[in-house]
Amino acid sequence: MDITFNHVSYIYQANTPFAHKAIDDLSFHIPSGSFTAVVGHTGSGKSTLIQHLNGLIRPSDGEVSIGDYRLTNNAKPADMKELRSRVGVVFQYPEHQLFEETVKKDIAFGPENFGVASEEIDKRISRITADVGLNEEQLERSPFDLSGGQMRRVAIAGVLAVQPEVLVLDEPTAGLDPRGQHEMMEMFHNLHEQQRLTTILVTHSMEDAVRYADHVIILNNGTKYMEGKPEDVLSRKEALQRVQLDVPEMVQFLDAFEKKFGKKIPFRRQSAAAIASEIRDRLREGDRYE
Amino acid sequence: MLKNCSFSIHENEAVAIIGHNGSGKSTIAKLMNGLLFPQEGEILINGQPVNAETVWDIRKDVGMVFQNPDNQFVGTTVQDDIAFGMENRGIPRDEMVKRIAQTLDAVGMQDYRLTEPHKLSGGQKQRVAIASVLAIFPKVLILDEATAMLDPKGRKEIMNTVTMVQEQRHLSLITITHDLQEVVQAERVIVMNKGKVWDEATPRGIFARKGELRSIGLDVPFVAILSEELRKAGVPIMNEVLDQDELLEELWTSHSTM
Repeated sequence: MDITFNHVSYIYQANTPFAHKAIDDLSFHIPSGSFTAVVGHTGSGKSTLIQHLNGLIRPSDGEVSIGDYRLTNNAKPADMKELRSRVGVVFQYPEHQLFEETVKKDIAFGPENFGVASEEIDKRISRITADVGLNEEQLERSPFDLSGGQMRRVAIAGVLAVQPEVLVLDEPTAGLDPRGQHEMMEMFHNLHEQQRLTTILVTHSMEDAVRYADHVIILNNGTKYMEGKPEDVLSRKEALQRVQLDVPEMVQFLDAFEKKFGKKIPFRRQSAAAIASEIRDRLREGDRYE
Repeated sequence: MLKNCSFSIHENEAVAIIGHNGSGKSTIAKLMNGLLFPQEGEILINGQPVNAETVWDIRKDVGMVFQNPDNQFVGTTVQDDIAFGMENRGIPRDEMVKRIAQTLDAVGMQDYRLTEPHKLSGGQKQRVAIASVLAIFPKVLILDEATAMLDPKGRKEIMNTVTMVQEQRHLSLITITHDLQEVVQAERVIVMNKGKVWDEATPRGIFARKGELRSIGLDVPFVAILSEELRKAGVPIMNEVLDQDELLEELWTSHSTM
């Protein structure tokens, strides 16, 4: 499903002295099947943006379309529940939302609520358990006996068990160790490819945005600051620093390399190995002119 | 969680403890201020063993800041929050007022003395948490993944604050972290793996063991990866590098001899 924001604004506590505009005249289009990274500071409007995607909130102004569903200030889809079964949201620290006696019951809670038959739920659970890297024995255990990383996998399995077409991830790797972060991002990347999901990743990690996304939206103070391909957006060092965002390390390095050697190596999301051979070639070609 | 661990941390030293989740890092932190006691062996802080009798004295010397900024507030204003720890230790009011001003100054939050904690950003909350700890005049400051829940800007705020505070107060600083930037800033790194001390060296010495670090689930800096790739591509990089400037310097040297 594709997603369009058309001049969307959202005001918290409207018509009170505490009114606060979290999103201001925001427009963008996310094509179906894309992997979009949404990057911005705390307070830039990221969380407000994603709450629109499954209708938890509706725009104060403007229109949000998710596939055929339309959300405006005074109109919402007739079947909100259906929208929510098609857009799965993994909130920050989703392990805090676990509550059932066993892992299996916790994963089944979502699809049961959406009326999925129990044989079908069992089938999905055995498939998803493998997808998220849990094992069958863990299904009968209490989710609270698992490690933090495993608990998070259970919570994510619960979202996947509804088989959404759009998967929204709000900083899914926060608090994990480096290996856990890497494994989890690889897992989402595989799911994205295998199940042709439309994936929206909210992140602070420019490295993850570079590695996994094919489309980047940068938010600042509730408005769209930049949008485009990761190699174009994330290579604009000065523009990113102006809103105090990090620049991917590779971009920083290529920039410093150019300053020191006067040779430009364009950023194309190439691997470290590819950069190394480009550096070698550029340094050698320089020698010929000397 | 921990098996036969021995190490010492000196006065006025900045040490980073790294390791995958479950490697025993946080257990070490909790042992250091008596939130847990060892089942075997002994922990000495300033020559004093940590046990049920000494724990209240130990906690005057060992301050700790935890991961979640929202779990560390008790006061209704920033200054009340800083006063809380001092009240518990019976510090006289005049002295408290003085220390509140001093510590807020030290963490760059002097303008927020009367602000309600929920109105602060994550980075600001952690700076107040650090101020509350500093007000007790600890000799040891432990940051247990204190920047993990912050955005990059908040992380920088905390690291600048901590560096400044350490210089001013000559604390022993123990940073438990996954953040490579924080590791590079330390003087010494203790690497934990499966409850044991896996290695203990300077950041440069630790990151020289790239492949092994990755095999125990840890990250290495981008410049270390790139210098490895450069060597493979036939560009000689003689020394282990920790940051971009060092790598560019190495490239400059190898370029002029190429």
